[in-house]
Amino acid sequence: MKFSEQWLREWVSPQLDTQAIADQITMAGLEVDAVEAVAAAFSGVVVAEVLTKEKHPDADKLNVCTVNDGTGEPVQVVCGAANVDIGQKIPFAQVGGVLPGDFKIKKAKLRGVESRGMICSASELGLEEDTSPGILVLADSAPVGVDFREYMHLNDMTIEVDLTPNRGDCLSVKGLAREVGVLNRLAVTPPVIEPVAPVIDDTFAISVEAPEQCPRYIGRVIRGINVKVETPLWMVERLRRSGIRSIDPVVDVTNYVMLELGQPMHAFDRDNLNGRIIVRMAKEGDRLTLLDGQDVALRPETLMIADDTGPLAMAGVMGGENSGVNETTQTIFLESAFFTPLAIAGQARSYGLHTDASHRFERGVDPELAKAAVERATRLLIEICGGQPGPVTECVSEADVPASRTILLREARLESALSKKLATDDVTDILTRLGLEVSLQAEGWSAVAPSWRFDVAIEEDLIEEIARIHGYNNLPVRRPAARLALRSADEATLTQAQLRHQMVARGFQEAITYSFVAPELQAALLPDAVSPVLANPISADLSVMRASLFPGLVRAMEHNLNRQQNRVRLFETGLVFNGELDQLSQVPMMGALVCGTRETEGWTGSKERIDFYDLKGDLESLLALGGNPDAWRFEPAEHSALHPGQSAEILCNGEHAGWIGTLHPQVRAKLGLKVDAVLFEVRLDTLSQGQIPAFEALSRYPEVRRDLAFIVKSAVPVQALLDCAKEKAGDYLKDIKLFDVYAGKGVADDHKSIALGLTWQHPSRTLNDEEINQLVDSIVTQVRVQLEAELRG
Amino acid sequence: MDHLPTLVSEARDAIQASQDVATLEELRVRYLGKKGEVTALLKGLGKLSAEERPAAGERINQAKQTLASEIDAKRQQLESAALNARLAAERIDVTLPGRNQASGGLHPVTRTLERIESLFTRIGYDVAVGPEIEDDYHNFEALNIPAHHPARGMADTFYFDATRLLRTHTSPVQVRTMKESEPPIRIVCPGRVYRSDSDLTHTPMFHQVEGLLVDEGVSFADLKGTIEDFLQAFFERDDLSVRFRPSYFPFTEPSAEVDIQCVMCSGSGCRVCSHSGWLEVMGCGMVHPEVFRHSGIDTERYTGFAFGMGAERLAMLRYGVNDLRLFFENDLRFLRQFA
Repeated sequence: MKFSEQWLREWVSPQLDTQAIADQITMAGLEVDAVEAVAAAFSGVVVAEVLTKEKHPDADKLNVCTVNDGTGEPVQVVCGAANVDIGQKIPFAQVGGVLPGDFKIKKAKLRGVESRGMICSASELGLEEDTSPGILVLADSAPVGVDFREYMHLNDMTIEVDLTPNRGDCLSVKGLAREVGVLNRLAVTPPVIEPVAPVIDDTFAISVEAPEQCPRYIGRVIRGINVKVETPLWMVERLRRSGIRSIDPVVDVTNYVMLELGQPMHAFDRDNLNGRIIVRMAKEGDRLTLLDGQDVALRPETLMIADDTGPLAMAGVMGGENSGVNETTQTIFLESAFFTPLAIAGQARSYGLHTDASHRFERGVDPELAKAAVERATRLLIEICGGQPGPVTECVSEADVPASRTILLREARLESALSKKLATDDVTDILTRLGLEVSLQAEGWSAVAPSWRFDVAIEEDLIEEIARIHGYNNLPVRRPAARLALRSADEATLTQAQLRHQMVARGFQEAITYSFVAPELQAALLPDAVSPVLANPISADLSVMRASLFPGLVRAMEHNLNRQQNRVRLFETGLVFNGELDQLSQVPMMGALVCGTRETEGWTGSKERIDFYDLKGDLESLLALGGNPDAWRFEPAEHSALHPGQSAEILCNGEHAGWIGTLHPQVRAKLGLKVDAVLFEVRLDTLSQGQIPAFEALSRYPEVRRDLAFIVKSAVPVQALLDCAKEKAGDYLKDIKLFDVYAGKGVADDHKSIALGLTWQHPSRTLNDEEINQLVDSIVTQVRVQLEAELRG
Repeated sequence: MDHLPTLVSEARDAIQASQDVATLEELRVRYLGKKGEVTALLKGLGKLSAEERPAAGERINQAKQTLASEIDAKRQQLESAALNARLAAERIDVTLPGRNQASGGLHPVTRTLERIESLFTRIGYDVAVGPEIEDDYHNFEALNIPAHHPARGMADTFYFDATRLLRTHTSPVQVRTMKESEPPIRIVCPGRVYRSDSDLTHTPMFHQVEGLLVDEGVSFADLKGTIEDFLQAFFERDDLSVRFRPSYFPFTEPSAEVDIQCVMCSGSGCRVCSHSGWLEVMGCGMVHPEVFRHSGIDTERYTGFAFGMGAERLAMLRYGVNDLRLFFENDLRFLRQFA
């Protein structure tokens, strides 16, 4: 909402400068977005009258005029505007004047004819944004010689407030004046609006078929309107200062009343209406060509204004092209109605529209305002366009007009809510000035909310109003009190922060990628993934929810590789989304990706590239944090995004927990990536499962260690060998180490050598060689039987 | 016996001339060992008369001690020279960088979230999280934003279908917490939120931290105190000016926007604060009774406050980041600055 400071001051004028008023209303919850001068700086422009006009002897398009600028002698000036004419009052820039843009007016010769000044157009004075071709013609009554800025009241400011949706009541000068009045404890003086007595009997029938949506509809016929007259400059200026263009006098008047009082109105051409006005919900097949030219099919939840032949307007949103006022209109039907917020809310947006009317009706227009608005508009219209008004026709369903709300504000509640006791009189005064009817009660105040305040219905609403007008920053500050209750802390569970910090310690940078990804990218990595798709994505690239952290990490890698960042170690935590909406799982995961060299470039010389085992080591360091690494297993398994020979399913206590592997070479090629990458992602809930340490007594007896090397087929996983060994190693196995894996010279083709170091220790005695030998024998036998492995000679 | 001085003198020369500990040891054995030459003289004392014996014995013992201490001294000298030589040979360039020194870093948003969480958990708040694909009820209805409420236009929502959406704030977590627990409730809810807006100052996904405190006798003054304390603690500025501007959120009443004195220019006016000297940093208010009613909390007995802030905005102000979009490009050159 933009408004002129001068206009506001006609209603209420506190002893404050513009900025102080802006600050004051901002701190009252009406946030001022901008304060701007209504006109650019210029000087030396006066009202003048054109006395003579003759064709320029040497230029077809120029006229030589003389004007009376009040200085006595007529002044000769050359003018290029086509619309200049004798007798006009015009803004005249005198020699020595300065126009916007620091344009100095000097004595000049145009094609040999002396010109001492300039007749100005609106745009030359910075009053219009586009360049209208002609000079600005002022009212005949404009006083010659008077400074143009003074005449036009241009020493004014436009204040733009960004209103919150609850404050529809401030979408008018009237509403804003009320606020300023309350804040400064000043009386507000509205313009006098007296009913205009009908001079003709013409009415037009109104039938409201949707009283719930339209509890009040007021109409008035005005005959003999002259729509060809120009809207007076003062009104054009006020509209302009509120950001509204002048269209024609009828539309200008309805807009003016809307800005002044807050009532959106519409004028129909009476001669284009058939039968009667019907306010109803749209029917199947209803179509309407709107004022902006678009033809829309109306949906049944849309409230319509129709006549006997069909739709005329979308109620409270926009009129129709064919029923509006045009240059041949002589009789109008003026509409001033109350459409309920619920009837209008969402309607404009659903048709891709947003109008000043819908903006107001959605937020709530005072249901008691329509009558005054129609009188105000009638008065202005007949002043400007002439015409004879008929009687006002009102169609009202009292039952559907929002009932007045009586609210009890308890003194004790007010005090405890604000931690401050306010003087009873102050509270009464604030509420009264806000328009509430207040009466004192034993407990506090009983207040009837005014019809324009849709947002005032309960006690808290009143507390907010009191706090707001009193000033939030004048209210006390304290710290909440609480019992110092200790709460139990879950020691076994690792926090996300602990896991993240471990990754950081291992040299990873944390990434945060969008939760929605490009469908092609996700399909390239996870062709079988099913995840929710946005109905209204911001772009196709961000339209499907990620079913894995892999797409985002791969994209982040690509971004860095394209910027010469070749060693990438990234991790991310966040939800992944799997399944259709009805069986959706939203699971927190941790994922990581590495590519490039194992070490940062440096003098130690290793330029080896990372491989699967580097990232697996990083992951194992995370798993070790929980203190229960034995819960985890890596099973060879295939995943669409991963190299089938270099990928594993991660199991936690036998349950699926995630994946690790090298990016599949085909996928890599499809994505145009030039380097290998290794990735993992694991469910955070499994990573978080730790255990509380349980002490085991230290044995005082010696450890026994035996190293065993086996030759097995290459395809046999080490895990199988370890499992066999552990199974047969007895109760006192302390540790099993894998200290060598070898294939090549000395080992048969298609085979490998695996060396294990086993350590035993008994808690209460020394183990003897014989029992260890027995255990070793049974391990060797088991391994031979199960894995065809032989002890290496 | 007469050749003792000569023997001593020879031995001393040999000791001084020795170049290593092994030679020195040989000399010790040769003169002072069980079969050594000086030891042999001691053994020969028996041949002397009882009168001669004490004086002779003393001379020999003296010679023995002299040699022993010279050998010790020489040994120490040789050992120390050997050590010095070894140390010199083992000298390295300590200015070379260490191995595998690279550590990573948290994303600045996570860093900010952890910091905010820690400020609140230290005084007794819990951290609560929830789903990001939400339903209309938890994201809007339960927060006093019915269908077609103009406030729905305040946050452009990503929808999946008529009722399922990406949460536009972390407030649904507050709703869920209030339904599941009894006051006193003190929580902060950090997490990703989504709004369909993308330009210089908006990304379609960002992070919020919301807070909620519900207890008996909680007032607007408690809210003001908590917010002031938080902002001063977050920016580590005890004198940071904080102001509360009335605003509107359907789920709180009274509601406020919170401005701080611009941390870039200390309030004198700069590009960051649009020359106003103030920066809008968060929203807050007293929990609306309608929200309590949806969550089954007795509005006569309990009151509470809620607040919410954007983590990216706070991170930008704290670390001087001037482009929001950098947060989601995951450029290592950006991320490494927050290690």
